[in-house]
Amino acid sequence: MAPKKIILRFGKDISEKPIIVHLAKDYGLVFNIIRANVNPNKEGTLVLELSGEQYEQGLEFLKSQGVRVQPLAEEICRNELKCTSCGACTAICPTGALYLERPSMEVRFDSDNCVLCQICLKVCPVKAMAIAS
Amino acid sequence: MAIEKTYAEINEKIRAGKAVVLTAEEVIALVEEKGVSEAARQVDVVTTGTFSPMCSSGVFLNFGHSKPRIRMQKVWLNGVPAYSGIAAVDAYLGATELPEDDPCNSNYPGEFRYGGGHVIQDLLEGKQIKMQAVSYGTDCYPRRELETYITLEDLNEATLFNPRNAYQNYNCAVNLSSKTIYTYMGMLKPNLGNAHYSSAGQLSPLLKDPNFMTIGIGTRIFLGGGVGYVAWNGTQHFPVIQQDANRNTYGPAGGTLAVIGDLKQMKPNWLVGTSMLGYGATLTVGIGIPIPVLNEEVMRYASVTDRELYAQVVDYSSAYGLREPGNFGYVSYAELKSGKITIAGKEVPSAPLSSYPKARQIAGILKDWLLQGDFYLSEPVQLLPSYKDEIVSKTLEIKGI
Ligand code: SF4
Ligand code: SF4
Repeated sequence: MAPKKIILRFGKDISEKPIIVHLAKDYGLVFNIIRANVNPNKEGTLVLELSGEQYEQGLEFLKSQGVRVQPLAEEICRNELKCTSCGACTAICPTGALYLERPSMEVRFDSDNCVLCQICLKVCPVKAMAIAS
Repeated sequence: MAIEKTYAEINEKIRAGKAVVLTAEEVIALVEEKGVSEAARQVDVVTTGTFSPMCSSGVFLNFGHSKPRIRMQKVWLNGVPAYSGIAAVDAYLGATELPEDDPCNSNYPGEFRYGGGHVIQDLLEGKQIKMQAVSYGTDCYPRRELETYITLEDLNEATLFNPRNAYQNYNCAVNLSSKTIYTYMGMLKPNLGNAHYSSAGQLSPLLKDPNFMTIGIGTRIFLGGGVGYVAWNGTQHFPVIQQDANRNTYGPAGGTLAVIGDLKQMKPNWLVGTSMLGYGATLTVGIGIPIPVLNEEVMRYASVTDRELYAQVVDYSSAYGLREPGNFGYVSYAELKSGKITIAGKEVPSAPLSSYPKARQIAGILKDWLLQGDFYLSEPVQLLPSYKDEIVSKTLEIKGI
């Protein structure tokens, strides 16, 4: 099967447990980590490319460990015309995907660092951030 | 010899295309290189800018008379109520007004996706606005209700009148509690997780003329992408020089402006409907003020930098809401803009709510207008009170009868 992109979300109780290694060891799955992040509340987000014969069993194992699994069908994008570079999202975005460039103080968006937490959709005062699928 | 220039002399230079105009950012570099006296000699006008949510904003509207006439008692624009306790077809639409069916914070934190500020932006974008009005009916105004659509063009007048804008300075907001809070200063993460400030600092109009030596009633300004005027001091105009317990000073704060202008010549990218999660709806307003370099003192103030301007750090989880004293001292705008400040020994990420790039753009546009002779300085008919007037703020006491 072709590798599938998925997002895994770990609560703070499990973010430090070695769960991912079991995907390879016990289920023979091949994975490629695209993005990884642990926020200050110790909640983790992992974006993976995953493939292998026992793909479904692997996902079941993750869920049994309390990991939330979500397919990566969507992407966050920024409407550059609407964004005022106010900066209100920059200390909120957990990965620094939205960040201030200094000294210009322009806000930049690096979608490679985005873990789709969607917090920016709510905090952006002018609704410049949106989901594109 | 001391440098003295008059408004008339500077306007004459603008007319002749010979005025030297720099933005507040550009003038800092000049003063650092050549000193205040030489800079005051060379430069005629310093332009400033700010682009921030400013809640005390709104627009007076005159709808014209329907046939038959109605004395509007209640008015809604796209479902947002406008105050109509004035003449028959006049109303005031406030930026923070919400539709009556908005869930507000019952669905905490509320999203406040649409309010008065958004209606103002929709008007500027030329959109059709659904208008509803009701009345009790009189002999001279028989109609009791109406429903129609209006655009900005259809209105007789649309006068932006903002009772409190362009705050001289603002708090740096933090959250000491153990849960996330949602404020007009944005989302504040627990345990000093972030710090939000809301000023353009060294580009901000009232930080560059802190003692109101040039800004007063009648000052012509950039307002919402068009031309406006300072109408009066803003509400809660309490200019002070900030001081800590040891009497160290931390620059100006507390001044505000009431501004006015014709909405019809303003632009939707400089008056932007704004939603603060868990707090409410408002309007982000672009304002730029030209500072005529009348003398060296004006230049000295106009060229202060982010290193010399300070915000007070305030806890919004408790002290602010309960109106209790206690702050965490002052941080400079240079520190705030670096992205990290230190509070109570902890390193805290800092972020603005006020767009510095837009403030810079506004100062640049105003500079272009002056250079092209599209904009002239107006001498205020009366200057505004400064910290020297020692205006003391009053509080509201809760009394029983
Ligand atoms: S969804 Fe928004 S806040 Fe979350 S990581 Fe992506 S850009 Fe940052
Ligand atoms: S909060 Fe919204 S408008 Fe402000 S910088 Fe971020 S994306 Fe742009």
